[in-house]
Amino acid sequence: MSDSPYVSTTNACKLCTPLGAALAFRGIEGAIPFLHGSQGCATYMRRYIISHFREPMDIASSALGEKQAVFGGGPNLKKGILNVMSKYGATVVGVATTCLTETIGDDVPRLLAEFRKEFGDLPLPEIVSVSTPSYSGTHMEGWHAAVAALAGQLVKEKAPAERRVNVMPGLVSPADLRHLKDILADFGVAGTILPDISDSMDRPALLDYEKLPAGGTTLADIRAMSGALGSIEWGRADHVAESAGTNLERRFGVKNIRVGLPVGIRETDAFFEALTELTGVPTPARYANERGRLVDAYVDGHKYVAGKRAIVYGEEDMVIAMVAFLAEIGVKPILAATGATCKNFKASLAAVTEGILPEPPEAREGVDFHDIAEQAETLAPDILVGHSKGYRYARDMNVPLLRVGFPIHDRFGGPRMRHVGYGGALELFDRLVNLFLERKQDDSAVGYGYL
Amino acid sequence: MEQAIFEERRDQIHRKGEGPFELACNRDSLAGAVSQRACVFCGSRVVLYPIADALHLVHGPIGCAVYTWDIRGALSSGPELHRLSFSTDLQEKDVIFGGEKKLKAALLELIERHKPNAAFVYATCIVGIIGDDVAAVCRDVAAQTGIPVIPVQSEGFKGNKREGYAAACKAMFTLAGTGDTKDISPVSVNILGDFNLAGEIWIIREYFEKMGVQVVANITGDGRVADIKRCHGAGLNVVQCSGATMELAKMMQDKFGTPFLRVSYLGIEDMADSLYAVADHFRDRDPGIVARTQKLVREELSTLLPELKKYRKDLEGKKVAVYVGGAFKAFSLIKAFRHLGMQVVLVGSQTGTKEDYEELATICDPGTVIVDDSNPLELSKFVKELDVDLFVGGVKERPIAHKLGVGFCDHNHERKEALEGFVGMLNFAKEVHASATSPVWRFVPRREAAAKALAAAENTPLAAGESL
Repeated sequence: MSDSPYVSTTNACKLCTPLGAALAFRGIEGAIPFLHGSQGCATYMRRYIISHFREPMDIASSALGEKQAVFGGGPNLKKGILNVMSKYGATVVGVATTCLTETIGDDVPRLLAEFRKEFGDLPLPEIVSVSTPSYSGTHMEGWHAAVAALAGQLVKEKAPAERRVNVMPGLVSPADLRHLKDILADFGVAGTILPDISDSMDRPALLDYEKLPAGGTTLADIRAMSGALGSIEWGRADHVAESAGTNLERRFGVKNIRVGLPVGIRETDAFFEALTELTGVPTPARYANERGRLVDAYVDGHKYVAGKRAIVYGEEDMVIAMVAFLAEIGVKPILAATGATCKNFKASLAAVTEGILPEPPEAREGVDFHDIAEQAETLAPDILVGHSKGYRYARDMNVPLLRVGFPIHDRFGGPRMRHVGYGGALELFDRLVNLFLERKQDDSAVGYGYL
Repeated sequence: MEQAIFEERRDQIHRKGEGPFELACNRDSLAGAVSQRACVFCGSRVVLYPIADALHLVHGPIGCAVYTWDIRGALSSGPELHRLSFSTDLQEKDVIFGGEKKLKAALLELIERHKPNAAFVYATCIVGIIGDDVAAVCRDVAAQTGIPVIPVQSEGFKGNKREGYAAACKAMFTLAGTGDTKDISPVSVNILGDFNLAGEIWIIREYFEKMGVQVVANITGDGRVADIKRCHGAGLNVVQCSGATMELAKMMQDKFGTPFLRVSYLGIEDMADSLYAVADHFRDRDPGIVARTQKLVREELSTLLPELKKYRKDLEGKKVAVYVGGAFKAFSLIKAFRHLGMQVVLVGSQTGTKEDYEELATICDPGTVIVDDSNPLELSKFVKELDVDLFVGGVKERPIAHKLGVGFCDHNHERKEALEGFVGMLNFAKEVHASATSPVWRFVPRREAAAKALAAAENTPLAAGESL
């Protein structure tokens, strides 16, 4: 249920469902995201995603016109898939629906079954489909539904048991995912990160333009998930009826552990404990040291942030994770807001602040920036924590903005921002402390050069 | 190489000089081709968006509103209502039971809150499908609130951007003719098809002021509802970006007899020619206008030309690719690049018309590739094949250029640099220069490889008997 008292939405604090699915599909090797709908959806989402990652983001579309909207989009869907097969050489096509095709009632799974029959003589790619009507849920539902569809549709049989851990990281930055890969390597286990946008959305300069960016989770690694030691899903918020991890647990008995997005000491500890539980390997020294440095930094910097009042907004898991982090460094999160509606948002906020804050921050779901700003008037915040879209509000409130998550449209290097693990928290902490120092320095008549 | 081109699209590509000119266009985008085009809604939204004292309510699920929230550089000198993103954020139950009630409640709520001078209601894809009578709701709310509440029939799938432009023009046309036209000079214009990106319309308005021409309505950059209501009182419509607002100019000519001129404020000749054409139009009513215009152009050029020279020497001989939304911009860009000594070798647009492409074919150099409704695979192929040094486009084209080690100039609606007018030409030269001459390109593998190959070739002694 939405907590907003208003009918209209002003400056939404969420994106639409198919965007999340398209971005998740980009994290599969050889995959092309394909939107079944009108041409504009793909183009708008490309522009939005490119502005954050500064990487090519090709999203194919079935480009329905008026005729197809009346008579059904099946022929365009089939033709479109044939075209991306021939021109992109895609080995996976991730088909996500849109509000248009859901409303006209296109039955995509049936159309795809027809397609496979009709073109069975061709070397067909894997086609994964997910229902993502934009009138239901947010980009995060789209993301998680796509991840569940990948696991549900591509993992067909029990793979040989091996020392492998599956991680479903949610929407975190390419830099975060590279860190995650290091962690898995240091634990000495194979990993399937589903999906993995660390390479595909942060490519080096290369000799040629890549039709499909290299990188992403391989099909082999996806199929191997059913033989893994277990799965770890990041993010406390509930998004879909059956997540990828739960699906693999139900069908193949792969143990599934859900932890929060590992931001800050406690949530990262929980992730490392889960890794230890699955692999039997204790936390490697490198991370024990990293944790030690993080604690040391917390101590050195605690007074700069003590008692500061923060408003946190964005997608649920990022908000919960940031509240967990802020609470443990002595910042007071006073409002946690999301555009999504989420069954366990409030309970999760209570869980990550328990024992530290006398009471959790006020939680509001289903709200937009108008709601957030209205409430902020009486809250006297010292800082805003969230993505770029809160900038104008931070400016109006004359407080700094700690940019986290997606999208980062007004700063350079969004894909290289780190949030997760002890190392990610250290970067966040440095940035946060420096925001307050900078503010103090700028506001001071003295012009301190030594703080 | 040829593999990058879809069979169905071969006739949407032409190389000047290879056979008689013919280019298929104005077609539905090919499914699966990753067109750079957007949709009908996008066309309407870009045209109407800069009207700063109107409420722009997007009726549909959240995506359409949120992806168009404050992304353009269209500035306002006063109210900034246009920079907010309003949506009915339709949910599943609205799709099942209809969204009319929610639309009405949202309109009343927002009009009460913001007191806009008009409201535009954009219909998105599913609104037509679920059968909401947007026009009826608009009439109802208009009667209740006393402001014009105008439906924009911009269902995304009903064509491409061009249909969206037309829908926007129809919406604005309902305002034209409803305002008071007293105090309007006979020597007056409406500026159509300029969106005041980075303050560009203010540059153009200043030129008109210096010429003694009154500007009645900005359509739509820094636009106001009251001005559009009385725009029929202007003596002339000057129409830029002809795809976007030409429909309005034609409707105004039919109904109010307002003549129109096609203009462009990009580059040197087109900017000067546009001002001269306006002066010429009014010379009978204001005999001094031609001299004033000449003086203005002379003064502007005397500062601009020496400055441009500095940039030209570094840019001479470089090759350019231009891929833009509407083709009109491409005409001016080709000419503007000639002033910088650069040659356009690839030119295309998302939504050009037959006439647009014919005109393009006339002004571009032999060998130039002309494309309609292109896509990343084709564009990257041509950039490599034609050895382009600089790409002009928008956000979606930028990574194509950068990945291939090619400079980039943002000439889209997101840009934050004023590129119109004489001063805009200088900004344009600076921007092109900054990117094309950057030292970073040498590190890009494709450039590095080319440089190595060249060095190797130069160091290879000629074999006996071989001659240059």
